[in-house]
Amino acid sequence: MSAKVATGRGPGQSALSFLLGELKPKGKLLTPFNVITAPIILAGIAFIIVRFAKGLGAVTNLSQEFPWGIWIGFDVVTGVAFAGGAYVITVAVYVFGIKRFHPIARATVLSGFLAYAFYTGALMLDLGRPWNIVNPIIGNEFGVNSVMFLVAWHFMLYLMAEFVEFSPAITEWLGLKKVRRIASGLTLGAVILGFTLSFLHQSGLGALFLLAKGKIHPLWYSEFLPVQFLVSSVFAGMSMMIVEGSISHRVFKHRVDAEHGAAHRDILFGVAKIAVGAMFAYLGMQGIVVIHGAHAGDLATGWGAWWLLEVVGFVAVPMLVFAAGIRRRSVPTIVTASVLTGLGIILNRLNVSVIAFKWYEPHHYVPAIGEYVVTAAVICAEIWAFRWIVLRMPVLGRDAGEVRE
Amino acid sequence: MDRRGFLKLAALTPIAVVAGEASASKPESASGPPPTEFVGMLIDTTRCIGCHACEVACAEENGLPYPDLSRLGPGERQATTTEYTPVSLFETSKGRVYAKRACMHCNQPACASACLCKALEKTKYGPVVWHEDRCMGCRYCMIACPFDVPKFEYDKPIPKIAKCTFCPERLKEGRPPACVEACPQGAVAFGSRRQLLDEARRRVAESPDRYEPVVYGDHDVGGTCVMVISSARPDEIGLRTDLGTRPFPEYTREFLYAVPIVDIILPVLLFGFSRAMAHGNDGGDP
Ligand code: SF4
Ligand code: SF4
Ligand code: SF4
Repeated sequence: MSAKVATGRGPGQSALSFLLGELKPKGKLLTPFNVITAPIILAGIAFIIVRFAKGLGAVTNLSQEFPWGIWIGFDVVTGVAFAGGAYVITVAVYVFGIKRFHPIARATVLSGFLAYAFYTGALMLDLGRPWNIVNPIIGNEFGVNSVMFLVAWHFMLYLMAEFVEFSPAITEWLGLKKVRRIASGLTLGAVILGFTLSFLHQSGLGALFLLAKGKIHPLWYSEFLPVQFLVSSVFAGMSMMIVEGSISHRVFKHRVDAEHGAAHRDILFGVAKIAVGAMFAYLGMQGIVVIHGAHAGDLATGWGAWWLLEVVGFVAVPMLVFAAGIRRRSVPTIVTASVLTGLGIILNRLNVSVIAFKWYEPHHYVPAIGEYVVTAAVICAEIWAFRWIVLRMPVLGRDAGEVRE
Repeated sequence: MDRRGFLKLAALTPIAVVAGEASASKPESASGPPPTEFVGMLIDTTRCIGCHACEVACAEENGLPYPDLSRLGPGERQATTTEYTPVSLFETSKGRVYAKRACMHCNQPACASACLCKALEKTKYGPVVWHEDRCMGCRYCMIACPFDVPKFEYDKPIPKIAKCTFCPERLKEGRPPACVEACPQGAVAFGSRRQLLDEARRRVAESPDRYEPVVYGDHDVGGTCVMVISSARPDEIGLRTDLGTRPFPEYTREFLYAVPIVDIILPVLLFGFSRAMAHGNDGGDP
């Protein structure tokens, strides 16, 4: 497959036939990935139909005691943390002028945008009365005293900012040179707004749980939840980028040229350094919270062991692995560290939102099969969308981010 | 005078009332007439005989099925989507106690401060009501309510949030809530919150043998419109005593105040940075 396919519409080709052509799948249909993911997506759709026909109880194990399960705790609360790469990297490139990260900016923005778009979709599945989601937007009633209100608005505006940040790639794909100039003129503004919006909704996700006082185990509940969520979203985003970057550079090799392939290593180590810094700050904060909240006694319990596993096993240890990987300049080592860090983020977000929630209840929520399948389907669909775009638009490698007039 | 006594006295002085209202004021009280006094309910479990008349009356008033009275053994009955005010039988250190539970209609409710479309709303006269046309079914109110009151219809494609409404239709007609009217023992009293609080304190002070010396809902979570007195400790009749006296919305207030400030300052700072860095940086194209 030549790169030319993706660099714009050829002369004489009508817009319609171009779009139709682009909708067709590229490459073989019967790849192992497709064979595995297609049935998952179909099964997910079946569960979603049942969910809307019969109510949330028909598909989920949610209850009056546990109103939020993994559709919120994993699909939204965890997923948003992993999308934290985009705001960190774009601000580094466009505000602080760290050009080294420029080649990955587009891929990061794209995965951030898709993450938000799909998690918004996942959120809609979980809403009991989704048609009323427009209320807080059109101002039927503004619950301005609600953290959820702020999160929703910042979330929505951020989705738009990321779309603007990504729009130059779309204009290149469509061969619209004039629009492209306008679109890239908006980038700095979108980046600055996007950073601000991320700053607040990443911390806002933590602030949501401030109202669950007395319901979340004291080792996970503190007034620092917003700050913890903000700082951990930085290393969540960085480790996601490392994993995703190394996978897509292997899978989409033909879309990346040699020069960028070499630069890619340096970028990965730079990203890893940001992660280490954020993890160090996070660990310091966790230490203060435990001492300040006098929860040292809780550490001797079973929940304490679980907390230590999360904080030591999946933050402190991967931080050291990152440091070792950076020193020895070993990509596999930092990829390993990223995977461990990612598991730690999943643990942390699920602990706050689901696992340590109502730790005192005798019968705890365990997700139903339908909740797992739908979650998996959302992730698979997102990867499909990512692949579809990367194969068509200039996202990876040389054709990303270079002006071609 | 001890601290508690002082606080009680302070609560009755005009200055404290004004200050209390100022800190509790929401945008809606900024305009229009000043908020009237809250109405409330006083539950005196020492008078309750477990006849379940209030439950039946509540079901009738709200068009709900007849309550399931088959599971009446000792132990706490939880409210459901069709039973807003179950009466439970508790085995306590002071013997058997029947206690009616429902929404506490908190002075500053966590549920309403959680809701992003004001579907749960603290009305000026006290009750916390749910608006069907606004709710999007996110169930954040259930996460937030410290008493686990709001219930969600998981078995319906068009689900509702169900909880005690405080019978607003009846209040409008000047009648007490259905459960209050139905009680043959006077175990549930209706009135202004202040009067009920005075009454509760009087009962407790006059019969120290009959009551545990605490009016639940006086200060808990910043005060509630439904107050409970009992011969047993609150925790023995299913009421949480670890919730503190701080109103729940205050836990998010600092964050909410910080948001507009960050929204303004951060972009300005970042723009300044980008100007400063622009020297020798072409930024490149996205
Ligand atoms: S008890 Fe719960 S549902 Fe009732 S007003 Fe208070 S916070 Fe809201
Ligand atoms: S479920 Fe409805 S009432 Fe409860 S917080 Fe969400 S929108 Fe508000
Ligand atoms: S006030 Fe009305 S809705 Fe609430 S428990 Fe009593 S009868 Fe039921």
